[in-house]
Amino acid sequence: MEYTLLILLLPFFSFLVLGICGKWLSHKTAGLIGTCVLGVVAILSYATAYEYFTMPRMVDGAFETLTPYNFTWLPFFNENLHFDMGIMLDPISVMMLIVISTVSLMVHIYSFGYMHGERGFQRYYAYLSLFTMSMLGLVVATNIFQMYMFWELVGVSSYLLIGFYYQSPAAIAASKKAFIVTRFADMFFLIGILIYGYYCGSFGFDFDAAGFAAGGFMLPTALTLMFVGGAGKSAMFPLHIWLPDAMEGPTPVSALIHAATMVVAGVFQVARLFPLWIEYAPNTLSIVAWVGAFTAFYAAAVACAQSDIKRVLAFSTISQIAFMMVALGVCTEITTGHEHHGSLGYMASMFHLFTHAMFKALLFLGAGCIIHAVHSNEMSAMGGLRKYMPITHITFLIACLAISGIPPFSGFFSKDEILTACFAYSPFMGWIMTAIAAMTAFYMFRLYYGIFWGTENKELHAHHTPHEAPLTMTIPLIFLALVTCVAGFIPFGHFVSADTMAYDIHLDWGVAGTSIVIAVVAIALATYIYKGERQPVAEAVAEKLQNLHRWAYKRFYMDEVYQYVTHRIIFAHISKPIAWFDRHVVDGFFNFLAWGSNALAYQIRGLQSGAVQKYAYVFFIGILVLLAILVAAI
Amino acid sequence: MIQIEYILIISAVMMFAGIFGFLTRRSTLAVLLSIELMLNSADLNFAVFNRMLYPDGHEGYFFTLFAIAIAAAESAIAIAIMINIYRVLKNISVDKLEKMKW
Amino acid sequence: MENILFLSTFVFIPLLMLLGLWLARNINQVRGVMVVGSSALLLLAVYLTISFLGARAAGATEEMLYTGSISWFTPLNIKYAVGVDGISVAMLLLSAIIVFTGTFASWKLKPLTKEYFLWFTLLSMGVFGFFISVDMFAMFMFYEIALIPMYLLIGVWGSGKKEYSAMKLTLMLMGGSAFLMCGIFGIFYGAGGNTMNIIEIANHTGGAHAIDFTQQCIWFPLTFIGFGVLGALFPFHTWSPDGHASAPTAVSMLHAGVLMKLGGYGCFRIAMYLMPEAANELGWIFLILTAISVVYGAFSACVQTDLKYINAYSSVSHCGLVLFAILMINQTACTGAVLQMLSHGLMTALFFALIGMIYGRTHTRDIRELNGLMKIMPFLSVCYVIAGLANLGLPGLSGFIAEMTIFVGSFQNADTFHRVLTIAAVTSIVITAVYILRLVGKILYGTCTNEHHLKLTDATWDERFAVICLIVAVAGLGLAPLWVSDMISTGVGPIVDHIKDVAAVSTSNPFL
Repeated sequence: MEYTLLILLLPFFSFLVLGICGKWLSHKTAGLIGTCVLGVVAILSYATAYEYFTMPRMVDGAFETLTPYNFTWLPFFNENLHFDMGIMLDPISVMMLIVISTVSLMVHIYSFGYMHGERGFQRYYAYLSLFTMSMLGLVVATNIFQMYMFWELVGVSSYLLIGFYYQSPAAIAASKKAFIVTRFADMFFLIGILIYGYYCGSFGFDFDAAGFAAGGFMLPTALTLMFVGGAGKSAMFPLHIWLPDAMEGPTPVSALIHAATMVVAGVFQVARLFPLWIEYAPNTLSIVAWVGAFTAFYAAAVACAQSDIKRVLAFSTISQIAFMMVALGVCTEITTGHEHHGSLGYMASMFHLFTHAMFKALLFLGAGCIIHAVHSNEMSAMGGLRKYMPITHITFLIACLAISGIPPFSGFFSKDEILTACFAYSPFMGWIMTAIAAMTAFYMFRLYYGIFWGTENKELHAHHTPHEAPLTMTIPLIFLALVTCVAGFIPFGHFVSADTMAYDIHLDWGVAGTSIVIAVVAIALATYIYKGERQPVAEAVAEKLQNLHRWAYKRFYMDEVYQYVTHRIIFAHISKPIAWFDRHVVDGFFNFLAWGSNALAYQIRGLQSGAVQKYAYVFFIGILVLLAILVAAI
Repeated sequence: MIQIEYILIISAVMMFAGIFGFLTRRSTLAVLLSIELMLNSADLNFAVFNRMLYPDGHEGYFFTLFAIAIAAAESAIAIAIMINIYRVLKNISVDKLEKMKW
Repeated sequence: MENILFLSTFVFIPLLMLLGLWLARNINQVRGVMVVGSSALLLLAVYLTISFLGARAAGATEEMLYTGSISWFTPLNIKYAVGVDGISVAMLLLSAIIVFTGTFASWKLKPLTKEYFLWFTLLSMGVFGFFISVDMFAMFMFYEIALIPMYLLIGVWGSGKKEYSAMKLTLMLMGGSAFLMCGIFGIFYGAGGNTMNIIEIANHTGGAHAIDFTQQCIWFPLTFIGFGVLGALFPFHTWSPDGHASAPTAVSMLHAGVLMKLGGYGCFRIAMYLMPEAANELGWIFLILTAISVVYGAFSACVQTDLKYINAYSSVSHCGLVLFAILMINQTACTGAVLQMLSHGLMTALFFALIGMIYGRTHTRDIRELNGLMKIMPFLSVCYVIAGLANLGLPGLSGFIAEMTIFVGSFQNADTFHRVLTIAAVTSIVITAVYILRLVGKILYGTCTNEHHLKLTDATWDERFAVICLIVAVAGLGLAPLWVSDMISTGVGPIVDHIKDVAAVSTSNPFL
């Protein structure tokens, strides 16, 4: 499958062309170049997927891992260690190719309408191409170092895109924050890679058990460090703080990067290293599960109190990604096939990744249409929009139902698998995750009613009547909504599973029934509270739980904690003293040396007074002294 | 016959008078005179030692003559410098000549 | 004899340029001479690289190629001896690029353009001479030739507290030279007083090593510190912020880009190579110092307010990484060190060029007074962002490959001491991101509030040309690192093997 190389190269060239010559291109040409390239990439990805999944399986029933390209990009002059670049195709990377190219294509089309007439339109498409290239490179990486390299690149493209509106202070701060927080996590990832490389004797995913046996506890350490990197990208608590702020970027970007693709890179990374986790660090895997569970709960709680629709979606993203992490964390074995096997979570996680990418992109794009219509992110500016924007309304509702886990929409199937896996791990975990699923349904419908029902902001709408978005924006919505409707019926287990064997998904109706009931109850509650024109219950609850509400609204003050640590501790108590120390102590020492020699010179120069008679006097005395010594010596 | 000591005493007196003058006089002219005094005392010694101790040799006389010639040249230059200094500073006092130092 | 002429061309061209500049009557002739001369140097460096790679590919396995020597001062066996290996070729290429772009970056410099370029050329002659020499004394001489013009270039054409900075820089570097001179003569007499040639001393056959161990322990620190001062080794780095802040653009470029590399190169080629046992014995002290440099420079850069100070501290951090890596004594790390020299040379030159161009327009380098430049000078700002990203190690630009090679190499030293220091050095990538993004966010993004700045214009053609050349070099190195790193590795290999072979396992490191 040599053509897979084009999947990476085309967006790269499109980035170069748009980045260098963008100035001289019209908006339309630039957009078309970007979109057409992405169209070709999407077609190539689908072709790859078709060819890969229809390829005959190996004798034992597993999919073969293909490596169409692999070459040494940077040698490290060590027998085993070298930095390779290549393309590796296996079920999860092929699945990711589909997700990325589909969502990216949708976002490209959508941006035509959304970014219409924006200054820097060409730049925007260039960044999108760069991002798509990096993300595709990340998922097809043949080794952990290549993954890290593209990992950094997606970080930078995310930085550039968040800061797209570079004149807005909030966007600048958000982009900076996103980059630095993820960079901080990446540092751990890098250290993990270094440990991995040293003990494994390779950066590849072809694992060498012997090296690890010698490494002892080093492997779990390395994996945990890499997970920290993944947690940074995937916004796990406490490294999640950048994601809500990242919503300062253009909304299609949020849909692409901060909902569907980049933020699941952490999940993908854990999935990619999954055989290692299971084999060598099964106990450490529970860290992943519990971090995920806590994040899911935290983010869901915060999402219930936010008023900015993109923030709600951002916290919902965090919560959903945490679901995927939990699903990976609760796995206990790698073999599939028998009933209630311990690797169900792996498949569930990937399945949820797939469905979530589609419906969350849909939600964000829908939110984009709404923001486009009312020119505000705040729920107070909305309400009653269902009359004005029917298509957006319907597609948004579909996505809300999907994320809440209502059949037959895709989210139901994937979330149900996750809950089943959680119950298999421990009932406690199962109930926690079910409760969080209920919270999900609640806050999503709070959002839904807040936007499309509830009190209409008549004053604002009279001033500027909301209108349905143009065709370029609604087509992606409709497409994604269709995908959301049918994706649940994909026999996902046939394509992706921990050991790549095909198996059939069985719905566990006990779990599924519970989760449906709970979701319906949550939705009903949300309907009761938020549907009406006036919302006495919501106000009363907010009044009653004033403190809790304020804490949740302020995201439990996590940002303030970070602010304190970075500004008060790092800047004021490390950097400033170091800079002072440098200027005054280190430099002061050298200035002191200079001053000292100067002062000494001033002292000595008194001897060279220029008074001839003084010289003669000293000379004469000197002679007498020398004579005296001479005489004494004799 | 005049004893060598007599002449050496005169020469020593001249030398120390010169040194004293050199160290204490403020006028550059007087300092120059003191230097001449010292030079002459040295000349005298050369001549005397040659005459009294090595009557066959002539090096002492030669040296004396050289020294006299050089002393003459030196005082000419010194006086020229002093005149120039006087033009600039209106003064030829030794302790005022510190312009080039510090 | 042909060889000696071939490499000596690197010194003759600057000499001819000096002559040409001396004869030049007007500014156009001066510029003409500079452009022709620096292009010739660049072409020569490229030609050397190609023919060097060709020779290596054809199987030339000598440690140094194109060697040759003529006797210069026989009583002390001083020779003018030349020769290059992979490291020096890389450094010559770097110097040629920087001199070439530096010429364009100072295209409009006034006043005394002719005199400025005279000193500039003299400086580059010293640099080229240093990299082609294999005789310690010749190296030392060229090193001094490169240092002295700095004083005048900063003192006359600089800005701010230029007299103070020029004096400080020169005195500190001369102080380093004094150490270095002691070290060099120590090595010379320690090795028997027969030769100043590095290769001959290293391959001395009178026993396992040329220089007595106790002697090595005296001369190694002197030599290392001597070169380390130039390589911004903590705590001898304080000339760097002041010096860079005051120097004119092209001088900052050449100084941070090339001259600081003389330090790392010398440490590796003379101190470590000739005194391997002392390097093993005492290396840990310097390793700690360099690790401090790396983190300390990065933290200091976080709170600076002058653009050039930020970059100067960032240079302290990055050059610290060079010395850090060579002290790790393995091939990966040492190759990484040379890559880092190349990469830092290019990107810091780019940075200083851009800072100079921005300063030339706004007349301030205080980041509190600059904002929203992206809208006013898009070209310069975009390039500035690229330089910043290269600095913080964006894959695809040169910083990434250098840093990764160093980290992977350093991590091969399996003991806790080296590991802890490596991890400390790794933290610098985060701090680098902090100060770079702070800078970019403050000065480029946002809206411009200073109405004087609104009328400013974007880069002119000569500035664009200089900047684009550097960006192409940075991106080229970052995208296709294979050939460069292979070439460097052929040079690093024998030296590292030598250090490892000869060195006993003895070390006085209390942390092991």
